[in-house]
Amino acid sequence: MSTMTIDDLRTILVSCAGEEESADLRADITDVPFSDLGYDSLALMETAARIERDFGISLPDEVMVELETPRALLDLVNDNLAGAK
Amino acid sequence: MKVHVTGLGVTAPNGLGAEAYWDATLAGRGGIGEITRFDASALPARLAGQILDFDAAEHIPSRLLPQTDVSTRFALAASEWALADAKVDPTALTDYDMGVVTSNASGGFEFTHQEFRKLWSRGSRYVSVYESFAWFYAVNTGQISIRHGMRGPSSALVAEQAGGLDAIGHARRTVRRGTPLVVTGGVDSAFDPWGWLSHLSSGRVSTATDPRRAYLPFDAAARGYVPGEGGAMLVLERDSAARDRGAHRVYGEIAGYASTFDPPPGSPRPPGLRRAAGLALADAGLTPADVDVVFADAAGVPELDRAEADAITAVFGPRGVPVTAPKSLTGRLFSGGGPLDVVAALLSLRDGVIPATAGTADVPDDYGLDLVHGSPREARVATALVLGRGRWGFNSAVVVTAVPG
Repeated sequence: MSTMTIDDLRTILVSCAGEEESADLRADITDVPFSDLGYDSLALMETAARIERDFGISLPDEVMVELETPRALLDLVNDNLAGAK
Repeated sequence: MKVHVTGLGVTAPNGLGAEAYWDATLAGRGGIGEITRFDASALPARLAGQILDFDAAEHIPSRLLPQTDVSTRFALAASEWALADAKVDPTALTDYDMGVVTSNASGGFEFTHQEFRKLWSRGSRYVSVYESFAWFYAVNTGQISIRHGMRGPSSALVAEQAGGLDAIGHARRTVRRGTPLVVTGGVDSAFDPWGWLSHLSSGRVSTATDPRRAYLPFDAAARGYVPGEGGAMLVLERDSAARDRGAHRVYGEIAGYASTFDPPPGSPRPPGLRRAAGLALADAGLTPADVDVVFADAAGVPELDRAEADAITAVFGPRGVPVTAPKSLTGRLFSGGGPLDVVAALLSLRDGVIPATAGTADVPDDYGLDLVHGSPREARVATALVLGRGRWGFNSAVVVTAVPG
């Protein structure tokens, strides 16, 4: 896999941490803060661990906790994947 | 200050919800059968009280599914049902005026053992971050507190099968110290292969194969107990708070509580159950003559049944009080056992009927017990004593009394 899409991320988030009733994950969530989507730091740690395994990259916890939106996480992952090529 | 029970929530092997459990219990419908969670065919004991009709996705928010053990799911569902039964809307109350006190004996065993399997077979990177708390004895208190925004004094107690009564006793204390509403009770489940072997390590699990003859407390043929899963959660309120809120129903009062610890093995001193019963009655300001029914611990192991019969006859005299053990239909639920018996006791007060001890038919005369078995017994029930014993020396007793309506 050379890049991760927002759909990939949506699937991983739901699989790792479920879905907040009040959040609409089917909408365009790219720039919606994780906190508004109902995902806390543990949910993001679990998500990061899955991405690391699935994509063969490393996402340090101290970087993960600073990320606020799906776009920021996608950029981090895809930069990482590009650098790994 | 009196502490009233205003809501009940039950997840039991013979019923989801307090009324379903009570209907099944009065009808003598049990929940004991061959264990189905894993292949137990090579093991010496294969009967368990399983909850087979609980669809977690139906009762638990999606966000909580990846982070909860089956026992925590039962606790969350039972709490939600208890609050709905009490017609309490936690969002309408002050967060620091609501507390949570639960008991748990096994922790999140199944969840944890799945994560251990990943650790050993695939490596630490595969272990769920939620293992950090999903295993923990206090996790049910925490998850209930978070889910309902209850930030008042909260705690967790561990005392094997006696712990659920300790939770109710401590919840009563918490209300008396000034928290108007406390959600309390206990729930357990440990039916993964490792959990099952932990049950068997007690040496007291029945190896019988007939579900109706496997757990026969106080019977001459008693040969051990059947482990069960689930339990009950209750809403406790300061009587004036319930009244001010317009609580539609009060099931009864938690009128007395005590716990004691057994002397070490080999001590000439007697076990502590009799003392716990006497202290709980004294705490309630009642005498043995006031008690209309005893819900027994009912170990189903001959020497432990005899010890309990001795304690009961020492307090009440030979055949001095009706005794029953509806847990014979569900198995022993560990921290869930005491709270489920308290639910049964409260519904006995409401309906004027004592549920029967299922299966048991031949009670040795020298036990000196008036055991209710065969079919339920109609009786005016205003006061009930609930007993619980936990392995390694725990004894607890709770007294519930009817509240004139």
